[in-house]
Amino acid sequence: MSKPIEKAVKSAPAEAQTTANTTIAIEGDHDHHHAPKGLTRWLYSTSHKDIGTLYLWFSFAMFLTGGAMAMIIRAELFQPGLQLVDPQFFNQMTTVHGLVMVFGAVMPAFTGLANWMIPMMIGAPDMALPRMNNLSFWILPFAFLILIGSLFLPGGGPDFGWTFYAPLSTTYGPDSTALFVFSVHIMGISSIMGAINVIVTIVNMRAPGMTWFKLPMFVWTWLITAFLLIAVMPVLAGAVTMVLTDKYFGTSFFDAAGGGDPVMFQHIFWFFGHPEVYIMILPSFGIISAIIPAFSGKKLFGYHSMVYATCSIALLSFLVWAHHMFTTGMPVFAELFFMYCTMLIAVPTGVKVFNWVATMWRGAMTFETPMLFAIAFIVLFTIGGFSGLMLAIVPADFQYHDTYFVVAHFHYVLVSGAVFSIMAAAYYWLPKWTGNMYDQKLSLWHFWCSIISVNVLFFPMHFLGLAGMPRRIPDYAIQFADINQIVSIGGFAFGLSQLIFLWLVIKCIRGGEKATAKPWERAEGLEWTVPSPAPHHTFTTPPKVD
Amino acid sequence: MKRLATTLALLTNVIFITFSSSSWSEQNDYNMTRGVTGISEQVYELHMLIFYICCAIAFIVFGVMFFSIFRHRKSKGAVAANFHESTKVEIIWTVIPVIILIAMAIPATKTLVAMEDTSQSDLTVKITGSQWKWHYSYFGEDVEFFSLLATSQKEIEGIEAKGAHYLLEVDNPLVLPINRKVRFLMTSDDVIHSWWVPDFAVKKDTIPGFINEAWTKIDEPGVYRGQCAELCGRAHGFMPVVVHAMAEDDFDQWMSDKKQELALQKAAAQEALTQDLSMEDLMGQGESIYTARCAVCHQANGEGIPGAFPAIKGSEIAKGPVMAHIDVLVNGRAGTAMQAFANQLSDQEIAAVITYQRNAWGNDTGDTVQASDVNAFKAQDSAKEEI
Repeated sequence: MSKPIEKAVKSAPAEAQTTANTTIAIEGDHDHHHAPKGLTRWLYSTSHKDIGTLYLWFSFAMFLTGGAMAMIIRAELFQPGLQLVDPQFFNQMTTVHGLVMVFGAVMPAFTGLANWMIPMMIGAPDMALPRMNNLSFWILPFAFLILIGSLFLPGGGPDFGWTFYAPLSTTYGPDSTALFVFSVHIMGISSIMGAINVIVTIVNMRAPGMTWFKLPMFVWTWLITAFLLIAVMPVLAGAVTMVLTDKYFGTSFFDAAGGGDPVMFQHIFWFFGHPEVYIMILPSFGIISAIIPAFSGKKLFGYHSMVYATCSIALLSFLVWAHHMFTTGMPVFAELFFMYCTMLIAVPTGVKVFNWVATMWRGAMTFETPMLFAIAFIVLFTIGGFSGLMLAIVPADFQYHDTYFVVAHFHYVLVSGAVFSIMAAAYYWLPKWTGNMYDQKLSLWHFWCSIISVNVLFFPMHFLGLAGMPRRIPDYAIQFADINQIVSIGGFAFGLSQLIFLWLVIKCIRGGEKATAKPWERAEGLEWTVPSPAPHHTFTTPPKVD
Repeated sequence: MKRLATTLALLTNVIFITFSSSSWSEQNDYNMTRGVTGISEQVYELHMLIFYICCAIAFIVFGVMFFSIFRHRKSKGAVAANFHESTKVEIIWTVIPVIILIAMAIPATKTLVAMEDTSQSDLTVKITGSQWKWHYSYFGEDVEFFSLLATSQKEIEGIEAKGAHYLLEVDNPLVLPINRKVRFLMTSDDVIHSWWVPDFAVKKDTIPGFINEAWTKIDEPGVYRGQCAELCGRAHGFMPVVVHAMAEDDFDQWMSDKKQELALQKAAAQEALTQDLSMEDLMGQGESIYTARCAVCHQANGEGIPGAFPAIKGSEIAKGPVMAHIDVLVNGRAGTAMQAFANQLSDQEIAAVITYQRNAWGNDTGDTVQASDVNAFKAQDSAKEEI
């Protein structure tokens, strides 16, 4: 039985017991007809489940790759002085680490989750545009092949930070900058195709009776994320193209000598960049909004306000970009405008946190691993939110800007925020994907190692930044030595902890206790009405939701 | 009398250095500095205020959450309640944060408006960033100089022990008076840098082709250290800012001494034009300049970094005509990271470093370049421009 989402404002307890008509959907018999095998199964796949799996594995591979780069960074910063790498290579590591984690790890992970879960959550047989789905995934590995490959060229890969501020990335960039530009173009095309697919699927392929306000929060947040993607990825494409023409074709978009403006680059970049950070957190909100109720035994508190809060965060995200640029010297009026708008984002974000806490309040909680990660998310993401609020205060930002305080802030929201939510999602849906329960003990090891090491890694960075250590430096003054050492140890520990997860997932795929269709007793949603593992075809006949 | 004044100035300098070095090491390693200006104090207070507000909110929210986690668990026999919507509650927890935010925004706005008011300054200093040094120019005083990292490469590579001010020391610090409002005009010659001194709560980007403004009014004499805050390429981490703040009298004395020093330097440069140095002298001087100014990009072995910085070893420039070589150093290369050194090095120094480049690493052209050659090139060059 299932009742995907609570109906409407007028709470009708009778309705709460309605059952979705789902048995029709499970026709597993259809399944063996020709589920493709071998390499071509993956290469030619148009199945949302296989493509979702591809996305997720790709994202995990990139997570480890970007993580390896972080290990190099932390090893160099283990003590003052230059020990392991050249400063130029250090800059390439910080740059490519950022790009790989943002575009290679976090975004594809969410797209993978969207592929797997959205059709099953709305009762659709597949994504609306399955061939485009295949294409949007398969161009991605090439983008990263180009990006990471450029590291091995003479002069090295991109070394101007993932934000590639002009003119450091134009006149002063390495010869390989064109490859960086093309790889970002490909990533952008992939993201836009993925977003279009998500929107078309959600708008057109909902099962009968699956009205807007019955959509699971994950579907809602992804729908809004997809609109953000379509709005801002072209802006990023424009920014990299202008970098390309400035560097290779003699234009002067960002060169004052030719009538351009280097600060305009930052405006364009952050007009993309700020919505981008919400692209990386909104789907997390959806995941957490699914998991907290499932393990609290209560419905999500304030479903409607959650939807409205997500929309307002998305809208506000277009009005705050210049808070990344307070030190570039804007008029006071502009600084005040962007400060107030940024502070305002705390309101809908706060509403979300309060709603989750209210969902837990007077529930009957159990603490399976997805729930542990979800609780960790709420606490640590909120800490990142607090430091974000501090960063919004312009006079204080003049001290925080471009220091480790900022590094601490965005890693709290991205690692213990976005990445933890992805982990939570993986534990929550692994039984559905593989048909097996994951190793409980191993998952607890993964959780506790991760949560301790992630705080050893990122919490002391606040102190480093406040004490005055700039970010993106390969060497530092001696008063920063002790804390950097602690941070590095936390970094190595966090990196190693993720190998536990890798082992756990492999183990879970290969076997384990068989999962039922609905391994989490109190979980809600159509995805739990199909067997585990989800058969090759699901919902070939739409379920009826009322 | 003059000597006495100089000695005194020197002595006060030493005292400042010791004083401030102790204040640097005593300064809080875990929190923002209160700094030494009225503004930095206000910024610190603002920072702490918001920090405490965040702590209070965190205490309440996490408190409720963990209470719930410990009390409302199924294993303790908790039975889930059924509520899941309340417009009243939603309105309350929308309105309360808005009120808190307004309470934060008011002091923040006041401080910000004060920080951006650069009017009525007593002194203006133009700060120019370039890869990877600062240039300071005092308006109306005809005093200007470059400020470079003073930490040796050996300390960085761990061959020598690191000093107390490792990476936070420069050859020529910016000298400022206390109790006077100093306005900074900031720009850059190449990429974006950011001039930051935590003790003043001043951080402003220096942007090529544009001029930014900031100001400070220092309360206490001392040495204040900061760094470039905006990623500016390979040696971004090696671009410190050091400011000596002096009592007004000492500052005026320093200013007149500095003018004298610069005048002497000019005279020496003029004299150098008439002197020819030996190959040995040129090579010796050239090597030390090369190490300080050129090796960051072109590397100590002259091989550069392929794809990023060209080699000098065996290059067409270093083995070709001398005048073309001088041209590159004097005027730089437009559209590349190679900057013009005409204003950074004296003719004598340019001559020495060119001689070094033309004879080191097996370039062995046997050429010696003299200050007069460089001077002659400059004269020719400016004549050409006038035409």
